[in-house]
Amino acid sequence: MDKAQFSSPWMPYLLLMPQMLIIAIFFLWPAAEAIRSSFFLEDPFFGKATFVGIDNYRDALTGSDYQRTAWFTALFTILVALISLGLGLMFAVSADRVLRGQSTYKTLLMWVYAIAPPVAGLIGVMLFDQHIGPLVDFAALFGWDMRIGVNYWDTGTAMIIVATWKQIPYNFIFFLSGLQSIPSSVKEAASIDCRSEFRRFWTITFPLLAPTSFFLLILNITYAMFETFGTIDLIVKDQPGNSPVTLVYKVYRDGFRGNDLGGSSAQSVILMLIVLALTIVQFRLIERRVHYN
Amino acid sequence: MATTEIETDVPRAKAALSRKSFGGVRVYDHIVLWVGVFLMMGPLIVAFTTSTFDHVLIHKEGMQLGWGGQFMETYQTVLTQQGGFTGEVTGWLMTQNSFVLGIFFALGKIVVSMLAAYAIVYFRFRAATFCFWIIFLTLLLPLEVRILPSYEVVQQLGLLNSYTGLILPLIASATGTFFFRQFFKSVPNELLEAARIDGAGGWQFFVDMLIPLSKTMMAAIFIIMFVVGWNQYLWPTLMTTDETYFTLVRGIKQIMQIMIGADIPKYNEALAMAVLAMLPPALVIVIFQRMFIKGLVEQEK
Repeated sequence: MDKAQFSSPWMPYLLLMPQMLIIAIFFLWPAAEAIRSSFFLEDPFFGKATFVGIDNYRDALTGSDYQRTAWFTALFTILVALISLGLGLMFAVSADRVLRGQSTYKTLLMWVYAIAPPVAGLIGVMLFDQHIGPLVDFAALFGWDMRIGVNYWDTGTAMIIVATWKQIPYNFIFFLSGLQSIPSSVKEAASIDCRSEFRRFWTITFPLLAPTSFFLLILNITYAMFETFGTIDLIVKDQPGNSPVTLVYKVYRDGFRGNDLGGSSAQSVILMLIVLALTIVQFRLIERRVHYN
Repeated sequence: MATTEIETDVPRAKAALSRKSFGGVRVYDHIVLWVGVFLMMGPLIVAFTTSTFDHVLIHKEGMQLGWGGQFMETYQTVLTQQGGFTGEVTGWLMTQNSFVLGIFFALGKIVVSMLAAYAIVYFRFRAATFCFWIIFLTLLLPLEVRILPSYEVVQQLGLLNSYTGLILPLIASATGTFFFRQFFKSVPNELLEAARIDGAGGWQFFVDMLIPLSKTMMAAIFIIMFVVGWNQYLWPTLMTTDETYFTLVRGIKQIMQIMIGADIPKYNEALAMAVLAMLPPALVIVIFQRMFIKGLVEQEK
């Protein structure tokens, strides 16, 4: 350790106590509980629990409903992450180049960051409403009869659009600060060596942004999988009959609505493993990013 | 040959660069940005303007641009009307609850994580590595995946429908701790050595040196955490069944459920509620834009 340090037999523990207490009660205990109950079959009426081994996992993974949800989640996550990254980058590149009005553009483009996912969901519900929604009218111009809440893929499309819209500002902010941290000497040298702006972007700027992009990709995947809950909850309007949902929504629905504690816990644990895998990838990337710098 | 080519090329390229960046308007970029602004702000503007119209008119003619003239009536109704099933909750009360959640979540997070980060960076003690990994673990599992057991724990502790139960579980994730750990590590060592020579103890150094040094960082994290806290949805939805604890974001679900059953839904009131729920966090990040961006970008490093 290169940091000068105090040594005190009790002070560090006292300082850490609030954090550790909160973690122990509201994190470790529930997480352990989730893992434990994922191996039990609980009777919602009598409170009896029988040990069933990995049955809950097997039932979850082989259930057709689960598989359908998993496929939709994968598609939803990939599309939301890629489209919002792409648009965020496009706006950031332009915002980095203009001089006039840059801060106004910046303010207007990041405003949506502050909006809660369910609020975005409510606005989406209105815009795609059968009676009043302008976007349904717009789709009708192309002969697309959008029926949100009735047609599986129409609902899915609306979810993807709203979730992407909500995430663009986040990517915009990160890309813009990434672009602005590229030294102007590099930019000048590049513009001398390469006239074509298009080629300059792909050969110089984009590789310099690549570490930011990889890192952002992971954050976007986490967003699409977990933080879109509110958006989805509003769009399915609590009646997820034939509507697509994500895996997190299914954990909630099976646990709270379906009273399937064991199954819901098993699904939680599967999601925990996915997050764990993503974090490992993320850390590999951070190491590489340090290398770049 | 090659040298002369470069020499002649440099001034020309420089001129091109300066012409492009300082002179004429970059048409393409402005078009892209206008499209971006249209996409991002358009839905919000339509949501706001529609909320000023009468709900029967909205039902007949769709969402509206322009000024409906019912701004005062609608927003007053949303803020003061006794809504919900018990008839006890008003928009104004929900706004207050949202502020309580946003502010105390942010403050709680700052206090808890600064103390923890200080212990980890500035003290040599045996359990340091162990504590660090436990804290790190919380970053792995978002509240959404352990939502059901968290609910049961809070229920067993008798904390359902209380501000404590609403706020404390959200503080369990350690993003703030890592943020401050990173910052404390960048504080020069000489400062601590100087403080030690002057006879400052562990607590004194923290209060007299580190806290004043961290002011900007604290403000940045406060802004981000306020927005995060204000926008919480799933947790407040589950654990507040008593309507007097509803936040605005939680109220959005309520108003949606009321709308589903209605013949002519009160679109205007629902949208007014959405506008109220988005305004405070949006104003905060727009007013403190610079600090917000700094905090956001630094936090993820």
